[in-house]
Amino acid sequence: MTKFFDGLLKMRRGPWEMLATIIIAVGVFMLMQPFVIWAFTYSFITTLVGTVMFIIVSHFPE
Amino acid sequence: MGPGTFQTIRAQDMSERTIDRVAAATPTPVARKIKGLSDRAIAWIFVGPTIFLLLAINIFPLIWTIRLSFTNYKANRVNREPEWIGLRNYERILTDSDIWLNMQATAHFLIWTIILQVLIGFTLAWLINKKFKGNDLWTTIIVLPMMLSPAVVGNFWKFLYQPQIGLFNYIVGFFTGRDPSSFEMLGQVNLAPWSIVIVDTWMWTPFVMLICLAGLRSIPDYIYEAAEIDRASKLRQFFTITVPMVLPFLMLAVLFRGIENFKMFDLVVQLTGGGPGSTTELTSINLKREAFEKWRTGYASAYAIILFVTVFGLASIYVKALNKVKER
Repeated sequence: MTKFFDGLLKMRRGPWEMLATIIIAVGVFMLMQPFVIWAFTYSFITTLVGTVMFIIVSHFPE
Repeated sequence: MGPGTFQTIRAQDMSERTIDRVAAATPTPVARKIKGLSDRAIAWIFVGPTIFLLLAINIFPLIWTIRLSFTNYKANRVNREPEWIGLRNYERILTDSDIWLNMQATAHFLIWTIILQVLIGFTLAWLINKKFKGNDLWTTIIVLPMMLSPAVVGNFWKFLYQPQIGLFNYIVGFFTGRDPSSFEMLGQVNLAPWSIVIVDTWMWTPFVMLICLAGLRSIPDYIYEAAEIDRASKLRQFFTITVPMVLPFLMLAVLFRGIENFKMFDLVVQLTGGGPGSTTELTSINLKREAFEKWRTGYASAYAIILFVTVFGLASIYVKALNKVKER
């Protein structure tokens, strides 16, 4: 866990990509879940943030 | 010096003469022009048309759709100037409970088709990979549904699902003891979502099977032989050799099927048309209705962008996972 946060602070690709992946996965789950409509409402912005973040952080150094 | 060496020298001499003749026949201005171009320029000449087509067919419509998604444009009223309405289309879509239900129907379809296709496809590939008599014939028979048109498959299964004369109902009735006409696969709210899952699985499992078969056939025999020498059981060989080595292929199949099923349209329209009610109305069917039946082009553009971002995000995660599996 410390390594993960250390990587985030040092702007390393691995942990940032992991974070973006989690955000995308949460966004897609929010879009298709059958439980609460507010999650559906905020799903697109979550997925969009995750996707844009993924594109940017995939250019960070290893 | 043998006759072979003599022939080689003669052939070389002849080809040199041919090159000289071609060089002499080439007009000087043409030769000069080609000489004057850098490697980079020549590369651009080759790549240019493809880039132009890519921009014209893919990138430009995407940018245009993004622009339209912020307007109230209607494609059936071309003379009316579209009005800029900001994020209102997105707001309407993301607070609409009907669209939320369509997303759930799509999720149900997507998850179950992928699970069934992977399980059945992998099992079939594993069985076909065992050498037995008539192996090639069985492969051809299994692959047949994939070659049919979705419209044909839709019509064909509509007959199979008929409560009175359908073979599907008869078989289910035969095994369960129920009256075949007591249930309607396409007409009942609880059965219709499963009817489209069954048809898609029937049609596309062969595709997953073929990809898995390619993976299974790429595993060298010596790995299994080494495992046999180490006295690894068949089950252990399956989980430590077969599954990890087929996994990249399997993931590729899931990526293809996932993207394809997220935008599934033709088969479902032919089978249920989105009904009964809207139980099988997948997002792509709903999108088509908004765009070409209600002519709300701006609204449909925003809808398309939401779906695009979702598929793009999922594909990004997936490609990353695929690369990681390949590196192992």
